[in-house]
Amino acid sequence: MEQPVNTSVTIAGVTLKNPVTVASGTFGSGMEYSEFVDLNKLGAVTTKGVANVPWPGNPTPRIAEIHGGMMNAIGLQNPGIDMFIRRDIPFLKEFDTKIIVNVCGKSTEDYIDVVEKLSDTDADLLEINVSCPNVKEGGIAFGQNPKALYDITKAVKAVAKQPIIMKLSPNVTDITEMAKAAEAAGTDAVSLINTITGMKIDVNRRTFAVANKTAGVSGPAIHPIAVRMVYQTAHAVKVPVIGMGGIATTEDALEMIMAGATAVAVGTANFYNPYATSMIIDGIEEYMKKHGITDIRQLIGCVK
Amino acid sequence: MGKLKMEAAVLSQRQLAADIYSLVLKADEIAAQACAGQFISVYTGDGSRLLPRPISLCEIDRAAGTIRLVYRVVGFGTESFSRLKEGDRMDILGPLGNGFMKQQKKAILVGGGIGIPPMLQLAKELDCEKSIVLGYRDELFLNREFEPYGSVYISSEDGMHGVKGNVIDAIKEYGICGDILYACGPVPMLRGVKAYAAEHDISCQISMEEKMACGIGACLACVCQTTEVDGHSQVHNKRICKDGPVFDAGEVDL
Repeated sequence: MEQPVNTSVTIAGVTLKNPVTVASGTFGSGMEYSEFVDLNKLGAVTTKGVANVPWPGNPTPRIAEIHGGMMNAIGLQNPGIDMFIRRDIPFLKEFDTKIIVNVCGKSTEDYIDVVEKLSDTDADLLEINVSCPNVKEGGIAFGQNPKALYDITKAVKAVAKQPIIMKLSPNVTDITEMAKAAEAAGTDAVSLINTITGMKIDVNRRTFAVANKTAGVSGPAIHPIAVRMVYQTAHAVKVPVIGMGGIATTEDALEMIMAGATAVAVGTANFYNPYATSMIIDGIEEYMKKHGITDIRQLIGCVK
Repeated sequence: MGKLKMEAAVLSQRQLAADIYSLVLKADEIAAQACAGQFISVYTGDGSRLLPRPISLCEIDRAAGTIRLVYRVVGFGTESFSRLKEGDRMDILGPLGNGFMKQQKKAILVGGGIGIPPMLQLAKELDCEKSIVLGYRDELFLNREFEPYGSVYISSEDGMHGVKGNVIDAIKEYGICGDILYACGPVPMLRGVKAYAAEHDISCQISMEEKMACGIGACLACVCQTTEVDGHSQVHNKRICKDGPVFDAGEVDL
């Protein structure tokens, strides 16, 4: 008889049946992907960022392909929190999975507005996006300066009813400084990495490949950078780390867990393999059985 | 059944013109559900070129369980598709998007360049009087295949074939009229078609394209500006992959 394996992990008191969620913005609110993946299978669904009012996002083209990945500057197009609470949360509530709502804003007041409106909803965790490289105001401005990050974390934590996860930008000199600032301000967890700012030029059109000029690089090409940052951060703070950045296979997810991530998020891979999350969840369990690992916690941060 | 990602077998491939290829795939599940105006995502099979290429369905044969793609080689992905031979396999996802809303009234079908292929399946599905207007840069392709389904009119930029100029020049030159217009092609052509339809007060459906990542409505990469507020984000951005690619011309700001 095979031994049962425990894949559940706990983040700030919220237990996920397995450590696999999705990276914000790569999965909508799960509606489109529910045609491919049983959402009940996921540890959690992390939604696309939602602001206090609808945002139209950036002009097109919004994406470009690169070797081993892509770049995007969608610009956080979203329907605003009121519609989101009416439509997206009730949809996700139908499934046996945890709900992580990604919150974006242009000012401290914007973030607070959204977080307050979410307080009476079924959202389990709030991920605060202070790292989007594609919006001009707010967003990353809060995520590239330890003092600004400390202040926004403190302000959000003061009003949030659910535990918060500060989502960190890799576009900084030392990501551990940012993680420590967020932890000092009381964040319950951190997630990393958001996309890495890049640029691509379309030589045939002799202009920028993405209309926003700069765009966030994601996909397997950035995975080693993400693993390194997750490793450094997991050693710098005590709060749980949710690791993401180019996870496309079981091996990628396990690397991130062994580097110190309590949970992992599949992002760009969803775009080219809509079954990626499901395959990785099965793959982690198979790996554990094959190697006699009875509890996923034996793997978290096992590589020192 | 719904959309699905599957591995399809290549049944045949041939070149129709410079850079224009015709690929027939065995894909029962997709052929069974697809209709004119829908598209599929095609994957390169190269581990470093990850995003699918959206390609419209040129023909759907439900009985045979096959679909046909006619596409232009424009970059790495489409170039790799052009090298596939009978018996090779490729990953595809579909059927995607909403097809044309067929109305049984005197129709004008307009295709420009690589917007011509999806009009062939539409010509086959529409059971009414049809005028088919095909606009080319220079070399012709697929035009003979439209002939069984209606009167075919041609324009070419270089004037070597049909009317010198664009599809609107051909419509005017030949005095083509109808009660509904269906069109697929480059944006400047769609703009002309939309204006023509408005001027003559006839309904008009246009098929749009944009760079896509997911192809299923989640990533919000392929939006177009719309006159009405969209259902998804409450702004003015409909998703070409999910809400389109076919839109009522009046819905879209071109």
